Amino acid sequence: MKKFRFHPCGNYHDNYSQELTIFETDFGRFWLCIGIFFLFFILPFAISPYFLYVLNTIGIASIAAIGLNILIGFTGQISLGHGAFIGVGAYAAAIFATTLNVPFLLSLPLAGAISALVGMIFGIPSGRLKGLYLTIATLAGQIIIEYVLIHWESLTKGTMGITVPRPSIFGFEIVSDQRFFFVIFICLVIMTWIAANIMRTKYGRAFIAIRDNDRAAEGMGIPIFGYKLLSFGISSFYAGVAGALWAYYMVSVTSEPFNLGLSVEYIAMVIIGGLGSITGSIYGAIFITFLNEFLRALTDMLMNMGVFAEARLNVAPLREFFFGMAIIMFILFEPRGLAEVWRIIRAHFRLWPFPY
Amino acid sequence: MSFFLQLLINGLSIGFLYGLSAMGFVMIFKSSSVLNFAHGELLALGAFFFLAAITWAQLPIAVAFLVTLAGCFVLGFIIERFFLRPLIGEHLIYVIMLTVGLASMFKGLMLLVWGGNLHTYPEFLPKFLNIQWDVINIPPVYTAALIIGMLFLMLFGIFFKYSSQGIFMRSVADNQKAALSLGVHVQRVFALSWAIAALVAGMSGIVLGVMNGINVHDLSAIGLKVFPVVILGGLDSIGGAIIGGLIIGILETFTGGYLSPSLRDVVPYIVLVFILMVKPYGLFGLKEIERV
Repeated sequence: MKKFRFHPCGNYHDNYSQELTIFETDFGRFWLCIGIFFLFFILPFAISPYFLYVLNTIGIASIAAIGLNILIGFTGQISLGHGAFIGVGAYAAAIFATTLNVPFLLSLPLAGAISALVGMIFGIPSGRLKGLYLTIATLAGQIIIEYVLIHWESLTKGTMGITVPRPSIFGFEIVSDQRFFFVIFICLVIMTWIAANIMRTKYGRAFIAIRDNDRAAEGMGIPIFGYKLLSFGISSFYAGVAGALWAYYMVSVTSEPFNLGLSVEYIAMVIIGGLGSITGSIYGAIFITFLNEFLRALTDMLMNMGVFAEARLNVAPLREFFFGMAIIMFILFEPRGLAEVWRIIRAHFRLWPFPY
Repeated sequence: MSFFLQLLINGLSIGFLYGLSAMGFVMIFKSSSVLNFAHGELLALGAFFFLAAITWAQLPIAVAFLVTLAGCFVLGFIIERFFLRPLIGEHLIYVIMLTVGLASMFKGLMLLVWGGNLHTYPEFLPKFLNIQWDVINIPPVYTAALIIGMLFLMLFGIFFKYSSQGIFMRSVADNQKAALSLGVHVQRVFALSWAIAALVAGMSGIVLGVMNGINVHDLSAIGLKVFPVVILGGLDSIGGAIIGGLIIGILETFTGGYLSPSLRDVVPYIVLVFILMVKPYGLFGLKEIERV
């Protein structure tokens, strides 16, 4: 019979695999199982369609945010082009579904692969540039991809957009929000599992070494350029899968949403959630999505009350303002994000009633 | 031929404005190595302050101009003191995202107060500034922009060359640690460079507003145009910003005129990627790029 592990009262690790483990105690594993059970067997049947929609958006955003966190939080390469990579994934999925009739299950990874390819192409400058120069290069990438998406009309139908047919898995049509919920969240669980495990392998450790000190990493024999490209590739793969899910879920794809604002939104998720934390990216996605929905509800309410009846208050400016403020507040007061807040809360309860 | 000349003149004047807008950006980068993504919003704020000063407060033009510049100066000071100073020494992404957050906040604020529509200033430039020579027509705005720009360039040249604060600023830009050890108040220099940069941005914002009308979205888009300009000119060279601006401006109008109007907005970024790959320190920048 297996011995259950509980919180030790100190650091008693005596080999590296103990250090690497995801769940320090069986308690964590137990709660994760309960959480997943709740997520799949209770939540989708208990909430209204509107909340299902919000949850689905959170799921899609989480996938892309995890990918971006691998790039920014773990490898230390700042990309301002992630919105465009998501767009590439969405268009790839839409084109696969309409002109090539690729089945849904195949088109998700294919869209991811195409996104990864594009991401790696725009990651090539990282071989020569770092820091803010690389940031500017990815900014240029964002604008160039956006232009291509609008103007390559034979492929992307320009500003008209592409209407994506309803996906089906082995003849089982995915039509309602509820069915999409299962698809999106199964993807999210798999992608989270993969990401958490990539970070425990040689590749993940190489990424972290590059982030912490690239010269030292090179000195230790890590081929930096290759690993940076790999990081761009993995990260864009996540973005591509998220984009493909987005395309199927939103039914029609236009180039409008995939602008610089979206890139900034995803970086905000990663920072607010916590750089270098997989679960943090999910917290960030939840925070930003709820902020968006809350502000939408708030402006609706103010409009109905007639406070701004004359001025025709729009959700956009309020959103911009609070969004910027949230980023600034987190950077100034809790730069390690919600993951750190959660860690502090947990540590507090674990030690209670002792101060340390 | 006249088409070519007109394009050239247009390109030069647009480019000169890009250069002017980029000047403030370079100033911040030079002294504190902060990449300011809120630069377009600073331009727009300057333009809107001026609008408020002449339409709402009904000030005479010259007074309104000075009041706006003073307002921008104070704003730059406040931004540095409350937002950037806590981040000295922090990781690059926090600094970048802070300016992105500021950009978003300012944009939201301006949209709330002034809305997203196009505003225009009342006509105030004297007619004699209109230069008509053969087929070339230079509207008064461009002439005024040129005069003001030259004036500012000269003033800043004198400021950096002879005043003690200017010399401090140059010393910090050159080597922060050495300047600190020689008794330069580095924090004050940062604050001053943000204030001056905001002032320059406000001035360029007014000129842009007179030229194309004031619209939050257009002006903040200029803030992104600054990146190709400064990379081409060299991130830490003020003269390079002007030259880079002129080149990008000419490139834009010529692509717009001869190739296709839609390509016009992307060409600077294609050039940007190319320069970053080939000559990342730009035409006049300090060759201090590390390659890993």
